[in-house]
Amino acid sequence: MATGHPDDAITHSEEEYVETEDGTRHRRAFVDRYPDAARIVRICLGISFVAFAGGALFGLIQALHRTNVLRIIPSSDYYTLLTGHGVLMALVFTTFGIAGLFQWANTRSLGISPPSSTLTAAWLGTMTLGTLLAAGTIVAGLFDSIPASADVLFTFYAPLKAHPLFYVGAALLIVGSWLAGASYFLQFREWRSEHPDARIPLQSFMVLTTMLMWYISTLGVAVEVVVFLIPWSLGLIQQVDPLLTRTLFWYFGHPVVYFWLLPAYVIWYTVLPKLSGGRLFSDPLARVVFVLFLILSTPVGFHHQYTDPGIASGYKFVAMTNTFFLLLPSLLTLFTVVASMEHGARQRGGTGYLGWLKALPWEKPAFAGIALSGIMFAAGGFSGMINAGMNINYLIHNTLWVPGHFHLTVGTAFALTLMAVSYWLVPQVTGKRLQLYGVASLQPYVWFVGMVLMSNAMHRAGLAGIPRRTAEPQYDQFSFQAVVGSVAEMRVQIAIGGTLLFIGAAMFLAVMLATWTLGRPNSQLRVNGFLPEPMSGAEDSPQVLDNLKLWAAVAIVLVALAYGLPLFDMVADGLFTPGSLPVPV
Amino acid sequence: MHVHRFEKLWFGASLVLIVAFMGTIVYGAIGPGVAMVGDDGGTIDSTVVANGNFERADNFRAPGVYASSDGEGVEVYVVARQYLFNPGTAQPIEVPVGEEVTFHVTSADVTHGFYLAGTNVNTMVIPGQIARFDVTFEETGEYGIVCHEYCGSGHHTMAGQLHVVPQSQFNATAGGEN
Repeated sequence: MATGHPDDAITHSEEEYVETEDGTRHRRAFVDRYPDAARIVRICLGISFVAFAGGALFGLIQALHRTNVLRIIPSSDYYTLLTGHGVLMALVFTTFGIAGLFQWANTRSLGISPPSSTLTAAWLGTMTLGTLLAAGTIVAGLFDSIPASADVLFTFYAPLKAHPLFYVGAALLIVGSWLAGASYFLQFREWRSEHPDARIPLQSFMVLTTMLMWYISTLGVAVEVVVFLIPWSLGLIQQVDPLLTRTLFWYFGHPVVYFWLLPAYVIWYTVLPKLSGGRLFSDPLARVVFVLFLILSTPVGFHHQYTDPGIASGYKFVAMTNTFFLLLPSLLTLFTVVASMEHGARQRGGTGYLGWLKALPWEKPAFAGIALSGIMFAAGGFSGMINAGMNINYLIHNTLWVPGHFHLTVGTAFALTLMAVSYWLVPQVTGKRLQLYGVASLQPYVWFVGMVLMSNAMHRAGLAGIPRRTAEPQYDQFSFQAVVGSVAEMRVQIAIGGTLLFIGAAMFLAVMLATWTLGRPNSQLRVNGFLPEPMSGAEDSPQVLDNLKLWAAVAIVLVALAYGLPLFDMVADGLFTPGSLPVPV
Repeated sequence: MHVHRFEKLWFGASLVLIVAFMGTIVYGAIGPGVAMVGDDGGTIDSTVVANGNFERADNFRAPGVYASSDGEGVEVYVVARQYLFNPGTAQPIEVPVGEEVTFHVTSADVTHGFYLAGTNVNTMVIPGQIARFDVTFEETGEYGIVCHEYCGSGHHTMAGQLHVVPQSQFNATAGGEN
């Protein structure tokens, strides 16, 4: 954390300027201090936002199509767009956005530039190439003239088979993110050689623990894709075991949601208190939370497979137990985030049990977006607790409830946080003032209202039994009985909500585009990157919290316990049996 | 390390909530006896299913509804394939009210879902695996069967029906359509 007394002038930008002896003032924003890192952040956010634009357009078409409001594509192409929406939003928008945020957070908290431009070029190049291959193969599915397609959705369950380039692209995106992680660790090592006894700065600690979790969890999908799906799609091996490959996918498929969420937590813990006008409640508790995520995020994947045959109930029960304990760090985060905001509000003159809420800067786009995303995440957390319940899950598994849930988590907690923090961060990495400020101030509310409409209706539609992942949830044989409300009313809410979300995405993109192209470089910024010290610092917390090797080892042991026997059961009859031949789509 | 009193209280309340959640699941399994899908259905070569050589499978029979060999309840064998349930799509699955119905569901091609809309009868249908689970329907009525996992470009057409009929009207139909 930067030094300086936290209660001084934390909302104006003077400390970003230094006066030299001849009396001129020089700006010292992130882009001025770390031009190399700022460039990396700009590239990552740029690619992330392009992916977001594509994903948002596909999302709008889907929302209107499945509610039967407007059908401009044949239903068979719906799945191409759905694959595109999932991959662009959940893999590209997120991974690039996170790579950018982490590059910023690691650099500012360690106070040194990225170590190697060659390594940077390597990870950016690998991730970009992977994205182009995967996205290109998906979009090719819309054109009959191109003999490639990947209508396999973002989960790509075998034996549905995509073009081999889709799998190669997915693998490269992940390998690129590994290299990005290596770059963050090298940056940390350089810092450590100069600060042998210091506590790891909080933001860097969060980046490194998240990346350790990412290394452990992506191993599953890497094995799935490289060992099984690429050779199988090329015809080098005949069959793969659909249960084994989907298990490897879900080994990765749950921790990936924490890979999306933890960067949002980095912002909630370190930036939101400052934007609220206060300070983080507790640094040590933040560290405890990230350690818990590192050790508990992976041995939970079977909770996505509660309804799968071929997996003993005992293994599912172990995963459920781990999943419920994983609630703990999120509940602790809820406390800290609200306490930090309340502290900020009281510093700003707020009073009363709830009256302090009025003292928060709701008109500022960065604060409003992050705070609203936190509120939505609380709702998403509760629907997630239903998903996690091993037998309650049977009511809602693969119904519209599930996308209703994750549009609150990744689709708002992560997405709206990234958009909102961009209003604060993009000026610092470009040196340009935010343009279209009024549009930016309104945008988080548009997203919030759109998501309230869409998500509540999706949850209720799931209770009525309406499935997810389908172009036309209207059947000749029967009709759905709504538990609360009516099916027609849910459709209207989903269509209006989806349209508002698209408008919210367009507003965000317009602000970014205008800032990037119209903003004058070297302007005086309205924001600053100063982050105040937490109320309880790291000094008096146990040193063991910073022992990353220990926590990584604990995480690996827990994964081995949760996955060792089930995986052994699956491969005992042979790696490729019971096997399935590819079914191209 | 200083932990605020409120933070300790919150930590304790969170743990109580977590344990209570797990308690509800254990109660659901032991009390009302919510049945779940495990690994007891066994595995099957999906080419056997695709080619209809059910005599070669020791844990699966030709699709249809059978009276249990012990005289209690019925056994339902369902094959899911792009884009139909057999039985279920061309003709409804018919089961008696108030008796234990054991489902055995498998796939002839890709991953599907088998879901009675609006109920907790819900399973993945994975090639090579047989999903086996017990259901007792307390009332007569009609249910929609939905494939809830994307299975190809015609996925949205894959559906069927299940009729729960009075025991007096129920006739086991060995075989079903093929």
